[in-house]
Amino acid sequence: MSEPLRSDQRCLAAAGIARIRRKRARRRWCVWAVLLACLLAGVALTLMRGQSFTPPMTVLRALGGADVPGVGFTVRELRLPRAVVSILAGICFGLGGVAFQTMLRNPLASPDIIGISTGASAAAVFAIVVLSMSGPAVSIVAVVAGLGVALLIYALSWRRGVTGARLILVGIGLAAMLQSFTAYLLMRAPSWSLQEALRWMAGSVNGVQLNQALPLFIALLFFGGLILSCNRDLEALRMGDDIAEGLGVRLTATRVSVIVAAVGLVAFATAVSGPVAFVAFLSGPIAARLTSRNGSLLIPSALVGALLVLLGDYAGQFLLPARYPVGIVTGVLGAPYLVYLIIRDNKSGGAL
Amino acid sequence: MVLLLVVAMGLSMTFGARDVGWSEIVAALYGQVETIGEAAVASRLPRTLLAILAGAALGLSGGVMQGLTRNPLADPGLLGVNAGAALAVVIGLAWFGIEDATLYIWAAILGAGLTAVAVYAIASLGRGGATPLRLALAGAVTTAALSSLTTAVVLPRGDIAGLVQSWTVGGVGGATRDQIVPVLPFLFLGLVIALLSARKLNLLALGDDTATGLGEKVALARAMAAVAAVLLCGATTAVCGPIGFVGLVVPHACRLLAGSDYRWLLPFSALGGAVLLTFADVFGRLVARPAELDVGIVTAFIGAPVFIWIVRRRKVGAL
Amino acid sequence: MSSPSLLVHDLMAGYGERAVLDDINLTIPSGRNTAIVGANACGKSTLLRTLSRLLVPERGKVLLDGHSIHRLPARRLAQQLGLLPQSPIAPEGITVLDLVSRGRHPHQGLFARWSSADEAAVAEALEATRTTELAERAVEELSGGQRQRVWIAMALAQQTGVLLLDEPTTFLDIHHQIEVLDLLVDLNRMRGTTIVMVLHELNLAARYADILVAMAKGRIYAIGPPEKVLTEQMVREVFGLASRIIEDPITGKPMMIPLGRHVACEPSRDRVEEPTKNTPGAELRTWSDRHPAR
Repeated sequence: MSEPLRSDQRCLAAAGIARIRRKRARRRWCVWAVLLACLLAGVALTLMRGQSFTPPMTVLRALGGADVPGVGFTVRELRLPRAVVSILAGICFGLGGVAFQTMLRNPLASPDIIGISTGASAAAVFAIVVLSMSGPAVSIVAVVAGLGVALLIYALSWRRGVTGARLILVGIGLAAMLQSFTAYLLMRAPSWSLQEALRWMAGSVNGVQLNQALPLFIALLFFGGLILSCNRDLEALRMGDDIAEGLGVRLTATRVSVIVAAVGLVAFATAVSGPVAFVAFLSGPIAARLTSRNGSLLIPSALVGALLVLLGDYAGQFLLPARYPVGIVTGVLGAPYLVYLIIRDNKSGGAL
Repeated sequence: MVLLLVVAMGLSMTFGARDVGWSEIVAALYGQVETIGEAAVASRLPRTLLAILAGAALGLSGGVMQGLTRNPLADPGLLGVNAGAALAVVIGLAWFGIEDATLYIWAAILGAGLTAVAVYAIASLGRGGATPLRLALAGAVTTAALSSLTTAVVLPRGDIAGLVQSWTVGGVGGATRDQIVPVLPFLFLGLVIALLSARKLNLLALGDDTATGLGEKVALARAMAAVAAVLLCGATTAVCGPIGFVGLVVPHACRLLAGSDYRWLLPFSALGGAVLLTFADVFGRLVARPAELDVGIVTAFIGAPVFIWIVRRRKVGAL
Repeated sequence: MSSPSLLVHDLMAGYGERAVLDDINLTIPSGRNTAIVGANACGKSTLLRTLSRLLVPERGKVLLDGHSIHRLPARRLAQQLGLLPQSPIAPEGITVLDLVSRGRHPHQGLFARWSSADEAAVAEALEATRTTELAERAVEELSGGQRQRVWIAMALAQQTGVLLLDEPTTFLDIHHQIEVLDLLVDLNRMRGTTIVMVLHELNLAARYADILVAMAKGRIYAIGPPEKVLTEQMVREVFGLASRIIEDPITGKPMMIPLGRHVACEPSRDRVEEPTKNTPGAELRTWSDRHPAR
């Protein structure tokens, strides 16, 4: 600050950086638009291609309600629900995952790693195998258990306040315990419920109904809105707790609302599709690469999540030699991503 | 410690789906299998032996890993090493059709070794090196990825699904002498290397630079310790399946007894691991009578709270 | 921008059972540059953390313009009180412009759009710290000194009347240390911003601060202008170090020279005081010699 700026100089400088900002905003919109276009293309693809090919116009007519023989049922009852649920679940996983990763400042700390999805699955398997439940009841148990486990993790890591590191480690510890519990249940399961439980565990959108999409959609509106309203506070949190607090972020309030919202999203999605492995984990980092860290990651990650589930499901059905549920496809995708993490130049690693 | 082990062995012989008297045990140990009780004991003998061996190996390997990574949260289960061993065995079964027990063990050790290196590499990425937090996270992520791969390999192969299912929970039940004998050389080799590396671990605990300054070849010391840890937990996993948390809990408990000198800590960890696993096995047989709880589940339920306790006790900066 | 007043009243604070600060009463002079000095673990960082609301005190209050800072709404407080912790984390890949813009966080409502006032504040902060040319660079590519300037720019964009800094010069070489401290003095003089910083280096603190606060064992040992606070007795009692205080021949501020074990204490004093012509120490007289009244 050698000299105070004259007002015209100041205007000039402000105009300069405003130009940079506009440029970056334009690029951001570009990435969003491309992602959205990919998603739409993906939807079109899954609606048209299945065991048989349906021409686009026929799909449109079938969606419009026209009774096209042989196609109406396939498109409306089989392909459409699948696509809708894939997208909704993917958005939920993507948003929930990136919210956790951002808040905990660690790309590895997604809800599927630190125990929340594990809690939901353990409860669901328990409900299926031991309590012989099925259908919506299982979903409710899964949602409640997911929230309960999140609460437990938060409580156990409370020691004069919660730190991200402790939260993650406690989560991993609980996850390991819950995993062995689930494995035990599966081993003891009678064969009829084993099938159901295994299908659920793998994460799959096989045979979903359109009415399952409604609760998911409501959850997405509610919790997704909550997360988006915390967007700015989340961005401040990325610079560390002290700085964020210095900038006027209420740490506990932000943490609690982000956790509740993210867990809600993940638990509801898990309840419908099962724990689709790694979508929550992968969406954020992929979105970060795509946007080259330009602006908030929430929306791009949601889109990436939707794309992952949609295309993963399609690949699992038609592109691979055997039919795999979507969870296996995305799970296997996670492994090369880890290898990529290793190969990538060593400068980052700590942050998202 | 030794006394505790003897007690544990006694209990392990005595309890089970059916309780037996001392006279029957003694008779059975001399080779009689006339009464049901004696037969029960005869089947419990290899099981107890396996629990002792596996516990000792896991405890030792956990101790070595904690020293090697200078990281209090290192454990073969948490670091994904068990998952790596499981995947390797499954691939061996599904694609190469291996049946020989020794090949099994080699596959498991190979998988364990590769995973250990990969996890450590992921954790050391970026600034600050492999902190306990990063190591645990990298392990959890790797475990998740490897489990998915395992499922993907198994899913189209209905014929081996049953075999693999038993791999998801570790247990020592149903062990036979034929299963135990092939791992013995591996365990023995691992034990010797681990004990030889104890002095080096003492130096590594001071940091790489200081260790080099004190005349230690750091790379060699690390390699030695890593080979020992991988041999021990790989071989154990090959026989028992993944048993978590023993390697985490035991060295911590032993540190309270034996201090932080690895020359004492490692033997203590081996003994402690044997005691813990034998007790856990007996406990698993008792709570769910007449069925049994696999020992892997028991250790997870003992271990996870201890893990959380360790995490809570430490300062945030140290994570 | 008028500076709000910052006042500490009967403060006790610490971590859990252990009280680090006890019985602290302190008025931070507004519009001045204050440096907190003291030995390791004397509570100076804890004091700064309490001043900046990161730590809730066990007893007592920190008052900003008469309001307890732990009661004020977080956002309103952040509009008046800025803070730069010791080693802040820059998110991976973030650009300088983005980072500095984050400083506007407390001035933006939930749905408020980026305003021209925001833009002007960011532009000015960049200009003041001479980081405008770096605006599009990623923070992690910068050198240590540049990075510290960018962080200060972020705090400037926050446009607060009070700025608290925890060891802003650690890990910087001497050139960059001076650069950062010069910048803070500029800021204080031109905007009237009240600056409170924890500094390790006694001589830099004496040179750059208007007011020194010396702390020992969780209490305030002395407060006042450097000429009054930096004395041989203070250095001995606060740092446990024998020293000599001389006058900096250029700025006229007091300067501490540690003695250590290898300099015999008394003879050296004789040597300094003896006005022999050719010894380099000849013109350097101790502070107390010049001001015998104290």
